[in-house]
Amino acid sequence: MEEVLFFASALGALGGAVGVIAMRNPFYSVLALIVHLFSLAALFLLLTSAFVAAAQVVVYAGAVMVLYVFVVAYVGEGGESAWEPIPGQRLLAPLLGIALFVELSIAVLSSSLLALGEDGPDVKAGFGDPAAIGRLLLEKFLLPFEAASILLLLAAVGAIVLANRRQEETT
Amino acid sequence: MSIEWYIVLSALLFATGAMGILIRRSPMVILLCLELMLNAGNLALVAFSRMVGNGEGQVFAVIVMVVAACEVVVGLGLIVAIFRRRLPLNVDDLRELRG
Repeated sequence: MEEVLFFASALGALGGAVGVIAMRNPFYSVLALIVHLFSLAALFLLLTSAFVAAAQVVVYAGAVMVLYVFVVAYVGEGGESAWEPIPGQRLLAPLLGIALFVELSIAVLSSSLLALGEDGPDVKAGFGDPAAIGRLLLEKFLLPFEAASILLLLAAVGAIVLANRRQEETT
Repeated sequence: MSIEWYIVLSALLFATGAMGILIRRSPMVILLCLELMLNAGNLALVAFSRMVGNGEGQVFAVIVMVVAACEVVVGLGLIVAIFRRRLPLNVDDLRELRG
């Protein structure tokens, strides 16, 4: 059962990823990314991390993707030129991608992490649920948590400054 | 399922995202490909967290999500600003800052 769910989600994630880079229209790329994110949430659930899966669906597939859809609708399609700054770039890129994949796989699988070939240890019932993550965030990782909240505030202010209409008129 | 499978899948997704950044020229799709790579990293973090039976890797994944959300907000703000100034939305044309 777990194998079936894993391969179904893996196919969804991979198909979504390929869809993002293969679609000509950015709108379809965003939709493919939503498929990818939902499949990843299923994989997170298989890895018994319920909170990360829920955050993935709510934050990513919900909020961030709505932002993308708005901007794609605002900016429009904007056709891509066929001009290549480096000759043969579009042929070279898949080869480099495959090389990167082979390299990453060799690096991880030939490492001395013996636990990689196993299913992982048995975990308690509360592993990865919101209570456990919340306790970790507010006790052990309080400083990164606060830094992340300041980063979010800065990003919001930065976005307002960047997309401000009045500033454009003065420059 | 052994953890290996998740790690290999994560490497595959990361390579796909990197390939997309090399192929596509629209800044919006390049941002989407960055999301692919960040999510591949998240999958590896959560898989390793499961491997050691410790929730700390999942906290890392949550923080990565926060950083990704910030990156998206600033990136999309830049795209809107570029669009308002009637500049071409193409990373090969926007290369005044290149040394």
